[in-house]
Amino acid sequence: MHTVDKPGRLKDSSSSAPQPAALPALTRDQKHGMLRMMVLIRRFEEQAEQAYLRQQIRGFCHVYSGQEAIAVGTESVINRDDAVITAYRDHGHALARGMCPKACMAELLGKATGCSKGKGGSMHFFDKSKHFYGGHGIVGGQTPLGLGLAFAQKYTNTNRVTLCYLGDGAINQGVFHESLNIAALWKVPVIYIIENNLYAMGTSVARSSAGDPLVKRASGYDMAGIVANGMDVDDVRAKTAEAVNLARTESLPSIMEIRAYRYRGHSMTDPRKYRSKDEEEQQRKRDPIEIYKQRLIDDGSITEKDYDDIEASVGAEVKEAYEFALNSPDPELEEVFDDIFAPETQIDEIERRPKWSYGD
Amino acid sequence: MPIITYRQALNQAIAEEMERDDNVFILGEEVAEYNGAYKVSEGLLDKFGPRRVIDTPISEGGFTGLAVAAATYGLRPIVEYMTWSFSLVAFDQIINNAGQVRYMAGGQFEVPMVIRGNSGGGLRVGATHSHTPENWYANVPALTVITPAFPDDAKGLLKSAIRSNNPIIFIENEILYNYKDEVPEGEHLTPIGKARIRREGSDITFIANSASTHRALEAAQTLASQGVEAEVIDLRTIKPLDFDLIAESIRRTNRAVIVEENKPFAGWGAQVAYMIQRHLFDELDAPVIRVASLDAPQPYNAKLEDYLMPSADRVVKAAKAVLA
Ligand SMILES: Cc1ncc(C[n+]2csc(CCOP(=O)(O)OP(=O)(O)O)c2C)c(N)n1
Ligand SMILES: [Mg+2]
Repeated sequence: MHTVDKPGRLKDSSSSAPQPAALPALTRDQKHGMLRMMVLIRRFEEQAEQAYLRQQIRGFCHVYSGQEAIAVGTESVINRDDAVITAYRDHGHALARGMCPKACMAELLGKATGCSKGKGGSMHFFDKSKHFYGGHGIVGGQTPLGLGLAFAQKYTNTNRVTLCYLGDGAINQGVFHESLNIAALWKVPVIYIIENNLYAMGTSVARSSAGDPLVKRASGYDMAGIVANGMDVDDVRAKTAEAVNLARTESLPSIMEIRAYRYRGHSMTDPRKYRSKDEEEQQRKRDPIEIYKQRLIDDGSITEKDYDDIEASVGAEVKEAYEFALNSPDPELEEVFDDIFAPETQIDEIERRPKWSYGD
Repeated sequence: MPIITYRQALNQAIAEEMERDDNVFILGEEVAEYNGAYKVSEGLLDKFGPRRVIDTPISEGGFTGLAVAAATYGLRPIVEYMTWSFSLVAFDQIINNAGQVRYMAGGQFEVPMVIRGNSGGGLRVGATHSHTPENWYANVPALTVITPAFPDDAKGLLKSAIRSNNPIIFIENEILYNYKDEVPEGEHLTPIGKARIRREGSDITFIANSASTHRALEAAQTLASQGVEAEVIDLRTIKPLDFDLIAESIRRTNRAVIVEENKPFAGWGAQVAYMIQRHLFDELDAPVIRVASLDAPQPYNAKLEDYLMPSADRVVKAAKAVLA
């Protein structure tokens, strides 16, 4: 049996026990950049919530508030050309990847200038140039895709790795387990990052998932399992570095469970009746942004004034993104038929004969 | 021209395309060491090694998703299902991931992959193992659905499918695997999305695919001895549908029977029949009749299964009704 009472490594006998990776100390600029990115994600989504209430954003919109340290911390230990893929709560990962806030906001508003040309929406952000492979709306559906990205990275000898994020609720999907098995069997350099925010919609993790910690599921597949504190970006960094090191140097997959809290509702329409205000207030006291800000002030990396400057510049950037989105055009109606088929290059173009309509 | 089986034609196509492009690889249950549950991948492991001929665990959802993402990353996977009936546990990966990812990303990714395997009834394997899924997948806008009936098309279409930059649903038929015919050696590409007239006739048009093409041809033989000349169109590709050829034929014959193995409700023939009445109403001298499987699960008992499936006899009867 595994017991993990505090974040750490699973004490198991698997062959692939992760080693603490030598993490170079962060420069002041890097720390400042991480803090700023967490603030950018928070403020970007606050703006999105406003736009949602004005019905400029429709459908589903899942915000990341409380989990920012996970995207930012994990991102900080991988390279630009590594691959990232996640579920529908994807704004934070996209921004942390370096995707343009304007294109992200425009996507939320369904505009032609959006990162998926207005065809994806909140749940389906993509940016090939940033190696960001989405944005996936089916719970757990992205987990074999993460496996496949890492498989292709290995097949083509790139020495790159893939981070595949999923929620605590998603771990109970069958394809996740199929993917874990294949990843371990074939030594595919994918790191599954379970973002345990304690809830899958209104179902607490205690009501959905047998086994605590969730990362114990790694041991059945002889994989390393690592638990990190998702409210502490430095802990996320350190633990992710171990997993990335295993993937990069030994082509071994692993599972991380990073524990955090989802401050807002599951989506914009969730009244959060399944948990108490008191619980939420307690969790607010360990806000990842507040914790990191204070740490940087304490170690002399930044001053209160520096933080105010971050807020000001982030505020301006978010405002600019929002205005860009508002002023961008909708896609043209004819574009509904664009982007279905890739042009052929090795065979003649396939005739699709639009004159013989399948419908009306 | 060499005469080989439909199975060997498929094998040739895969081997030639793997020879041509290192990004092409095949994965599935028993494809490597066992040489394929139906021997379509025979010899490939010896030729190309385990990096490119990959035995998977029994995890259709997992390895289909793997292939979709590998395709978006630039590889050209061939996924083999032991039979298409087992694709049901990978439905989400096929439809939501292979089928939607390019569109949802505003066209940023290509998904150059082929998903293939056998299908169809008549093998006495009961309701779970006898599906003909062409209509399920043809309902997904981004998927191309191919169902070859003859060895030359099996080879030529599979080679084209592997070279396509789009996700291709390639549905073979187990009862055709041993069918022998002439197949060109080496480079032989059949265009995707083009139907083919397999028998010319001026009295009535039969529109069929896969094993049903052979049923239609048999019916045409019978009718010929009774003085009726039926034209038989093998669709080859279900989607995109080659309605140009269908229209050209019906303008000459003014009568049509559709022969398909799908169950009748929303089988692919329903779409074709709709389009004939929508686009060619004035050309018709009689209502179109569909000969499909009966609307019941596939029974194990041989008499029952034969009764349920489309047959040359039923096609002859339908043709007589249309000609009456
Ligand atoms: C296959 C599937 N079933 C159900 C849903 C509806 N749904 C969307 S998110 C969600 C909860 C998932 O929770 P979790 O995995 O913990 O991720 P979180 O929302 O906490 O980020 C559900 C049930 C879905 N999108 N896909
Ligand atoms: Mg959750």
